Amino acid sequence: MKDSIQTVSAGADHKLSEQDLAEAKAARYQAGKSNSVGRYIWPVCALALLLAVNLLLDASFFSISYQDGRFYGSLIDILNRSAPVALLAIGMSLVIATGGIDLSVGAVMAIVGAVCANLLITDISVFAVIIIGLSTGILAGVINGALVSYLSIQPIVATLLLMVAGRGVAQLINQGQIVTFQNDTFSAIGVGNWLGLPMPVWLVIATLLFCQLLVRRTALGLFIEAVGCNASASRYMGINDRHVKLFAYAMAGLCAAMAGMIATADIQGSDANNAGLWLELDAILAVVIGGAALTGGRFSLALSIIGALIIQTLATTIIVSGLPAKFNLLIKAIVILVVLLLQSEKFRNQCKQLLRISARGDV
Amino acid sequence: MHIRIIILSISILMINKVAATTIGFSQVGSESGWRTSFSESVKAQAQARGIELKFSDAQQKQENQIKAVRSFIAQGVDGIIIAPVVETGWKPVLREAKRARIPVVIVDRNIKVKQQSLFLTRIASDFEEEGEKIANWLMAQTKGECAIAELQGTVGATAAIDRAKGFNRVLAKFPKSKIIRSQTGEFTRSKGKEVMESFLKAEQGGKNICAVWAHNDEMALGAIQAIKEAGLKPGTDILIVSVDGVPDYFKAMAEGEANATVELSPHLGGPSFDAIEAHLAGKKVQKLISTTGDLFTQDTAAAEYQKRRLQ
Repeated sequence: MKDSIQTVSAGADHKLSEQDLAEAKAARYQAGKSNSVGRYIWPVCALALLLAVNLLLDASFFSISYQDGRFYGSLIDILNRSAPVALLAIGMSLVIATGGIDLSVGAVMAIVGAVCANLLITDISVFAVIIIGLSTGILAGVINGALVSYLSIQPIVATLLLMVAGRGVAQLINQGQIVTFQNDTFSAIGVGNWLGLPMPVWLVIATLLFCQLLVRRTALGLFIEAVGCNASASRYMGINDRHVKLFAYAMAGLCAAMAGMIATADIQGSDANNAGLWLELDAILAVVIGGAALTGGRFSLALSIIGALIIQTLATTIIVSGLPAKFNLLIKAIVILVVLLLQSEKFRNQCKQLLRISARGDV
Repeated sequence: MHIRIIILSISILMINKVAATTIGFSQVGSESGWRTSFSESVKAQAQARGIELKFSDAQQKQENQIKAVRSFIAQGVDGIIIAPVVETGWKPVLREAKRARIPVVIVDRNIKVKQQSLFLTRIASDFEEEGEKIANWLMAQTKGECAIAELQGTVGATAAIDRAKGFNRVLAKFPKSKIIRSQTGEFTRSKGKEVMESFLKAEQGGKNICAVWAHNDEMALGAIQAIKEAGLKPGTDILIVSVDGVPDYFKAMAEGEANATVELSPHLGGPSFDAIEAHLAGKKVQKLISTTGDLFTQDTAAAEYQKRRLQ
């Protein structure tokens, strides 16, 4: 990138040859591409590093055995446990890319869990329960989206409403109890297996593929980024920014509904007080670790998933490490800080400079 | 003539009032299911004993409680029960009650006053004793030789700290027993399950673990699911002990998937009325009455589950 700029400025003195121009142009187009490779390196490095720490703590960490028709091991656990946050992160990426934020996803998980659990103890078919559950999530998302796009309420305020009220709604539905159910078909969403892998993992893969195709094989991804960069400019270009935002929040609601069903199916009960508690923050964290800009306009679904995996690997590491529980949050904060610093180009450049200075000092 | 009748009827009413014991009860509020059943149990007990109960919900505010206690004193009740919101600031109002010679019983949470004579007695469950009880049972079952995985409650919660303290005090007497894994499950079912999954992987698929000690039933229920999914039998391959006595846990015990629990009783009404009635009858009352619940095992679980489900 830098080289290309130098070429351009140097060429300005003479006469710009066609070839120089073409090269500069190509370099400019390539710039984004090479940058995106760089974006992938650091989160993946951080994940690899965390896994390596686990190997040191427990030699059998990477062993995966096949028993009872499914794979069994810590790595599978991490994939399985990260599924709710990964799903939330997919939806959150889209919302954050439009320049918004959705704080209500944890509460939506609780509502959907409560709705499903209460329907399951009646005689309604499981298929209908799942459809109603997903619709509930989409409805919650549409409410958020409408508040943000049509009433122009600040996203953080608009979704805070549902974050606070949603848990209350879930408690009302459950009447303050933990509603448990016995339904093997529904439980399979949380504890079932297909081709040896847990069902939540397949759900994440399917959602990721679907969303990735939707945003990268159609113009939708471009629209979302355009709205995130500058909503009014994109409106003048003919993009209906309100619809784009509404879509993003509805997707976040749908993802939250799936995450809520996983959480509910996992414990075969709906715990309105604790289902999805603070998970919205983990989801935002996953998106940020994935290098998305909170101001909107830049996102990567795959990187957000890696962010979710980093968070869950960290959680598992803390449990396996045997450190006292009171250090959990501190360790989490420090590791996340290191990951974010590693990703920061400024910080890396400063480190390089420091190294250079110390090297010169040695001579 | 009219005035005489009115005076007569009022005095008859007064006599009726005096005949029945009147007790004022200042409750914290209704923030949890446990607190609601605590209030319900006090009301039911009062009705059963023919006590006239003046119930006051303080909505989590101490000033409301103090107001309620003052109005109880003004009405000249026979006894006052307080379930305090906070520990401090009770001295003035308790002194007023003492001057009016009304006995005050403190239930559930503690209060801080220098003069212990300001209240009649304190009735509460002892978290440390709960931990001790369950530890004693586990040590008796395993003959003092057990590798324990501990699921702690929320970090910093009194229930978590004191239950662990009581449990560890007993454990210290058995050198062959040890807590090999310990992590917080935040008092929730899903966290309990997640932590237990990792424990199982870290301890050779759970072969090293002899028992799970959870600080509440919810986490134990999560751990039971994790153990089942790992292909082991909870209750036989790995023993499960915890504290609380929620209906779901009794069901698990009845099905042989859990082993023991100590009940955290919401039925504090009976002992409170007992204390006040004993005092009114001129008997001496202990300064601290422990209502630490009984230990329940699989033997009685099925019957207890039926009983609790109906409540």
